[in-house]
Amino acid sequence: MVELSTVRDEASHTREADEPRDSLLVRFGVDKPLKLDAGVELSPFQVAYKTYGTLNAERSNAILVCHALTGDQHVASQNPVTKKPGWWETMVGPGKPIDTERYFIICPNVVGSCMGTTGPSSSNSKTGKPWGLEHPVVTIRDTVRAQAMLLDHLRIDTVFAVAGGSMGGMQVLQWAASYPDRVFAALPIACATRHSAQNIAFHEVGRQAVMADPEWRGGRYLVEGTNPRRGLAVARMGAHITYLSDAALHRKFGRKLQDRSNPTFSFDADFEVESYLRHQGSSFVERFDANSYLYLTRAMDYFDLAADYGGVVANAFRGTPTRFCVISFTSDWLFPTSDSRAIVHALNAAGARVSFAEIVTDKGHDAFLLEEPELFAIVRGFLDGAARARGLATEKR
Amino acid sequence: MMLSRLKSDLTMAEAARAPGGTRVDLLLVADMVTRGAKVLDVGCGDGELLRLLGERRDVDGRGIELSREGVNECVAKGLAVIQGDADTDLADYPNDAFDYVILSQTLQATRHPRVVLEHMLRIGRHGVVSFPNFGHWKIRLQVGLGGRMPTTDNLPYAWWDTPNIHFCTIKDFRALCLVSGAKIERAVALNAYGAPLRLNVPWWFWNLFGEQAVFLLSRSA
Repeated sequence: MVELSTVRDEASHTREADEPRDSLLVRFGVDKPLKLDAGVELSPFQVAYKTYGTLNAERSNAILVCHALTGDQHVASQNPVTKKPGWWETMVGPGKPIDTERYFIICPNVVGSCMGTTGPSSSNSKTGKPWGLEHPVVTIRDTVRAQAMLLDHLRIDTVFAVAGGSMGGMQVLQWAASYPDRVFAALPIACATRHSAQNIAFHEVGRQAVMADPEWRGGRYLVEGTNPRRGLAVARMGAHITYLSDAALHRKFGRKLQDRSNPTFSFDADFEVESYLRHQGSSFVERFDANSYLYLTRAMDYFDLAADYGGVVANAFRGTPTRFCVISFTSDWLFPTSDSRAIVHALNAAGARVSFAEIVTDKGHDAFLLEEPELFAIVRGFLDGAARARGLATEKR
Repeated sequence: MMLSRLKSDLTMAEAARAPGGTRVDLLLVADMVTRGAKVLDVGCGDGELLRLLGERRDVDGRGIELSREGVNECVAKGLAVIQGDADTDLADYPNDAFDYVILSQTLQATRHPRVVLEHMLRIGRHGVVSFPNFGHWKIRLQVGLGGRMPTTDNLPYAWWDTPNIHFCTIKDFRALCLVSGAKIERAVALNAYGAPLRLNVPWWFWNLFGEQAVFLLSRSA
């Protein structure tokens, strides 16, 4: 039984990583390598992505949506792995703030992930086996470079907007810094110009949990037919707490007991919050690759925009033609408002056109994925204003 | 919070309006800004002035507003507005970033008006300041004869509840311009009905009969 299930795990991971279901796929051959910050080239490699809506004749209405750490390309349609709705269906869709009836939405899976874009669970063409830790370490800038190659492939010169939250917001900032002339409007949400020491610390705890699982096998679990489920689940449980807030946990669970009226005087999941976290952990391992978790948390840790621009973030945006809308949430302690304010200060110092709003909510970092009417109103207003400036106002079909 | 309350009260209360419903003091401010200029509106409230400047003067407008509600309303309207505080956040702007920096009904609510005014003329080549004149005869009467802190239609707050912590008269403001090295390019005083007072009258007349004043400033050479 155990044998069978692990074999199926390996097969399904490899299949999704190499041949993603319900996705578009572009393969870049040895003539088009991805030059990585680590100093090596990734080649050949592939990018899995989804599109929604229609590209207009001028090819000017594209919005690039960048996903967060454990997100994927299925932003506005059912996820073929989990069978759940797309991760940002509240924001992206017909008549939604990022309106698929007006705009052409492109959402690529990031480099290092496990949903079809090349990452540690993809097959290494040299060995025919999953990369594992042989895969080079990737950065946010590497992923943005790959996305630029995708846009070249789609013959889209300038995107109308780049939008994303958390790690997606980091990609938005990197896009605006690396390719200012290719980004008309930028929407970095709940993010920062650099990963803080506290956030690196949380990530390290998650990685150690994965690596402490004997099933991890030095990263060779796919080849050896094991799966570090426990380690990855613990990593997810810890991380999940950082996406919420004390107030949200209290509101949802308080000290309520799970299906019982008295404590059991054991280490069973007595409290609802424990049961909830266990569920978050165990459902996560069904859809995500442990090594991808190591690689992508690392990519976020390495993100420091100022470091590439002489220690001054404003230098990354000097003379930028891009218009920005920065959004933060009051109860987000992973990427607090002070981080967003630092982005705004840098943009002001660079003379950029910037809007900044802080939204009152007790839902923590995850608020950007949830039902937040004020967030929707702001994104819609910002995009409408930008669309008028871009001459897209009458595009609605 | 305080600024937006001040502004919405002014908007809803007795602020004089031109045909079409636009506040006269905002029209006067807009009049002092050249077409197509780059403008920063400090304390922009719900964005009425920025919208007016965009429509009538085709400016590239940005705003700072203290109240979260005001900011979110502005951004949802498509205006480039950030949440921030005039007293602390102007320091982050580089020199000469704007053609005009506007303080519309804002200066009297700041903690350090002189610092704010000096930042204004560092960031912008010109400054436009509008403020309620505390030297108006009605106010003098209330203080002088009534012996109470004044409340008027334009300044409806009790002393313990007012966002306006640094009132000045037109004369006082001229003195501040002098010590801060600001050159007065133009000045207009408005009467209680929002109409500009005659131009060729002495300053004491404005100081007594102007309910509001609008100044266009530049850096002295």
